[in-house]
Amino acid sequence: MIVPSLEHYLVLSAILFVLGAIGVLTRRNGLIMFMSIELMLNAVNLTLVAYSRHLADMAGHILVFMVMTVAAAEAAVGLAIIWAIFRNRTTVNIDELTLMKG
Amino acid sequence: MEALFFWVFAVVSVVAGVLVITRRNPVTSALWLVVVMFCLAGLFLLLHGFFLAAAQVIVYAGAIMVLFLFVIMLLNLDDVELGAARPTFVKGLSVALAGGLVLLVVAALLAGRPAPVAQPPAAVATPPAAPAAGEPSFGDPEALARLLFTDYLIPFELASVLLLAAMVGAVVLAKRELRP
Repeated sequence: MIVPSLEHYLVLSAILFVLGAIGVLTRRNGLIMFMSIELMLNAVNLTLVAYSRHLADMAGHILVFMVMTVAAAEAAVGLAIIWAIFRNRTTVNIDELTLMKG
Repeated sequence: MEALFFWVFAVVSVVAGVLVITRRNPVTSALWLVVVMFCLAGLFLLLHGFFLAAAQVIVYAGAIMVLFLFVIMLLNLDDVELGAARPTFVKGLSVALAGGLVLLVVAALLAGRPAPVAQPPAAVATPPAAPAAGEPSFGDPEALARLLFTDYLIPFELASVLLLAAMVGAVVLAKRELRP
C-alpha cells in the first residue's frame, strides 16, 4: 500500500473542493448549496493542515482555526438569511428568487 | 498502518462528498456531510493536528451540522423537494456505516499516539525522543495555544468579535419583524 505523501493529501483536498464547486454550480436548493460551500472550506482546511505538517510550521493550524470560526459565523448568518427568504417566499430554490433581476 | 487509514478516509470522504451533492433530500445531504467531516477529522489526526481534529468534530460535525439539520427541519419542505422515503435496509446500512466510522476514528487516534509505557523497552530499539518538559511537540493543543495567545492574539480577538457580530446578525435576520 502506497504511503501517503503531501501530494496525496493535496489531490484529495482538490477532489473534495471540486465536488463542493460542482455542488454549488449544479444544485438549486439553497441549503445544499450551503453544504457544498462547507465542503469546499473543509477541503481548503485539509490543504492547510497538510502543508503545515509538511513545512513543520504550526501557523497553518492557526489559519484552519480562523477558517472554522468564519465558517461557523457564515453558517449562522447564511441559515438565518435562508430562513428569512423561506418565510417571505416559501421556497429555498435559488432560481425562483428573481427579485434583483433587471 | 497510516497508509491504510489514509486510503480508507480518502475513499470514504470522496464517496460521501459525491453523495452530499447528489442526494435529493437536504437531510440526507447533511448526514453525508457529517461523514465527510469525520473523515477529515481522521485525516487531521494522521497529520498530527490533534486539536484541530477535536475542533473539527465538535464545531463542524457537532455545532454547524446540527444548526443545518435544525433549519432544514424548521423549514418543513414539502414532499416535492424532499423526494421519496428511503427503504429500511438503507437506514440499517447507514447506522452500520456510522458505527464503523466511529471505530475507525478511535483506531486512528490510538495509532497516532506514541507507544504505551507498558511496552517492554527491548521491543523498541530506538524509542521516539519525548519532547522536553515545557516544550510542546507539533500539533499539540499546547503548541497551538502558545501561538494563538502570543503571535496571533489580535486575529484571535478579531475572530471573537466576528462571532459576536454573526450572532447578533443571525438574531436580527431571524426575527419576524423589526421594531425600533
